[in-house]
Amino acid sequence: MNLISIRDLDKKEIEKILDLSEEMAAGKIKRKYDKILATLFFEPSTRTRLSFQAAALRLGMSYLDFSPETSSLKKGETFTDTIKVISGYADVLVIRHPKEGTARLAGDAIEKPVINGGDGGNQHPTQTLIDLFTIRKTKGKISNLNVSLLGDLKHARTMQSLVYALAMFGAKITLISPKGLELDPTLIKEVEEKFDAKIKTKSELSFNDADVLYVCRIQEERFADPYEAKRIKEQFMLKSEHLKNTKKDLVILSPLPKINEISHEIDANNKAKYFEQAHYGVPVRMAIIDYLLGRQTRN
Amino acid sequence: MLNVEAIENGTVIDHIRAGKGKKVLEMLGINENNAGRVALVMNVPSKRLNKKDIVKIEGAFVNEEQTNLVALISPKSTINIIKNGKVIEKREVEIPNALKNVGNCPNPNCITNTEHAEKIFEKEESKFRCHYCERCFAAEELVG
Repeated sequence: MNLISIRDLDKKEIEKILDLSEEMAAGKIKRKYDKILATLFFEPSTRTRLSFQAAALRLGMSYLDFSPETSSLKKGETFTDTIKVISGYADVLVIRHPKEGTARLAGDAIEKPVINGGDGGNQHPTQTLIDLFTIRKTKGKISNLNVSLLGDLKHARTMQSLVYALAMFGAKITLISPKGLELDPTLIKEVEEKFDAKIKTKSELSFNDADVLYVCRIQEERFADPYEAKRIKEQFMLKSEHLKNTKKDLVILSPLPKINEISHEIDANNKAKYFEQAHYGVPVRMAIIDYLLGRQTRN
Repeated sequence: MLNVEAIENGTVIDHIRAGKGKKVLEMLGINENNAGRVALVMNVPSKRLNKKDIVKIEGAFVNEEQTNLVALISPKSTINIIKNGKVIEKREVEIPNALKNVGNCPNPNCITNTEHAEKIFEKEESKFRCHYCERCFAAEELVG
């Protein structure tokens, strides 16, 4: 079994992984694996790569870290050949790649479980599981919550997975993004049809009825005009003044990194849960590895 | 009226969207190397379509899977299988549920455009979703 896309999971399976994550976080599961995890990152990463490696170590596993710069890819070896070779050295493979569909291609090519650590602008399913876990942990539920998504919703792969999952769980979604960086309308249509999702769009940064505010990075490299990029980033920067009339128990999340999307003083606000969210990366990824290795029997 | 001789054994594809006859032949892999005679008549007046193309292929009996590909560019086409000068089978084309190696993924950032991989698309509502990059495309985008 692989974890390539959030579309591959149903609600029951997601809940199972979230329950398992809960037990991992509480240290209740002491299972150890005499196995090897390989992390293959063809794009930069801090949280995904390190939290997967930490998760493997906590499960008693070892890990191999593949570096494309010093590999035979430089000699022209294909991605598929590389994956087939590494599948003989490791038991689970985590792949991040700038091209969309790469993790699926790997999953189809080998027998070992493949986990998508992000493929281009397509999917980031393990981040979504962390997001759902954090929401459930801090709010007690996901369904019927008002979730506002702010930032570059067009290019963020986290959004592709998260919107689908939030819709599946019955959250009410509000989209706030700069012009030209709106969420793919095909995805909106898909979740409206599949899950009868309620999705609103707006342009102003007001979050009075939000239970969860999820902030995405505005990627400067997407703009042809640097001045325009600066102007938009300033306009969409989350500041303390935006939190004045928000609910007491509002939760602010972000997949991180945050460059200047969120004003620094918000870090000290108890509504900000993004560092906590990043830390949940370890128990959730432990649960994902455990789930894929097929040992879900509780101790 | 332009008359094209009837065929004794082979396939007639009728009610092709005007101008798409050439593309139909291309999709079925019928070209100058084909052993039998091939006729393509374009812009034939039609009650149903106003104008249509017709293709007659002698000596080749195209199967259901092949002819369903025709539906991607001309969903109202009809297929007639001729044996000994008589129509022995008549069928409507039907849009297939999945496509394999019919067209390339139009997404330039899809891995299938740089790495050797089968081009697989699954039908979703009126569009086709790439098995790899998960983007949806209209049939015309895939087959041109």
